[in-house]
Amino acid sequence: MSSQPRRQRLVVEDIGDITVVNFVDKKILDEQNIQMIGDDLFRLVDELGRRKLLLNFTNVEFMSSAALGKLIRLHQRLSQVGGKLILCGISKSILEIFEITKLDKMLKIVKDEQTGLSSF
Amino acid sequence: MAAELVISRLDDVRFVQTEVKEALLANQFGDRDLFSVELALEEALVNAIKHGNQLDPSKRVFVRYEVSADRFEIRIEDEGPGFNPGDVPDPTAPENLERLCGRGLLLIRNFMSDVQYHGRGNVVTMTKFRNGKAGDDGAAMADVR
Repeated sequence: MSSQPRRQRLVVEDIGDITVVNFVDKKILDEQNIQMIGDDLFRLVDELGRRKLLLNFTNVEFMSSAALGKLIRLHQRLSQVGGKLILCGISKSILEIFEITKLDKMLKIVKDEQTGLSSF
Repeated sequence: MAAELVISRLDDVRFVQTEVKEALLANQFGDRDLFSVELALEEALVNAIKHGNQLDPSKRVFVRYEVSADRFEIRIEDEGPGFNPGDVPDPTAPENLERLCGRGLLLIRNFMSDVQYHGRGNVVTMTKFRNGKAGDDGAAMADVR
């Protein structure tokens, strides 16, 4: 596996006490990339003290099962510290990934960012 | 059209996906089918290289695929010891829901029309019928367990 340069993978915006995270990449794939996205998300919680995370998947056209583990860990971490994770803007095909794996029962998924902001 | 490829590294997965996508587009497969096949290729090829060949770059993954107007078929063989798909825990069982991995096979079975494992489990064949054809909804999917 070739090394990948450190580059921005997330766009983070604070709206009140809610942190909205948009993904830069259209495809969330390969472990190294997912590891870096995971590191950035965990930094928001563990180092920057964010507790309400809204992940906006509007830009994301494709992701594989490799990313699901990170989302589960992030959900677990936020639950441990009294925080909350909400996902929004998920395409029909990617939503199917969450439904087939039944992770739509564990993770809170809403239609769009506006709905997400009022769901914490 | 039919084609054969041999790959060894995770970076090569993109190459296979791009080539297959072009072949599917040439046969008028729709967006939904493209997503399904790309996902299944990602899961199956990463499994073959990572779990099958244990990321050993000297080991190969043999890929043979065929695309026609109504179906896509692919055979993927790695040089690993194989596995029994029946031994993989059901990731949707409540006790497994928080497991961090193990969902690839489930996704492949749901997004493809037919999936079969062969030999010692180091060979998988997958079929996707073009949207609107029989079996596309997964109802005719073979139960490989």
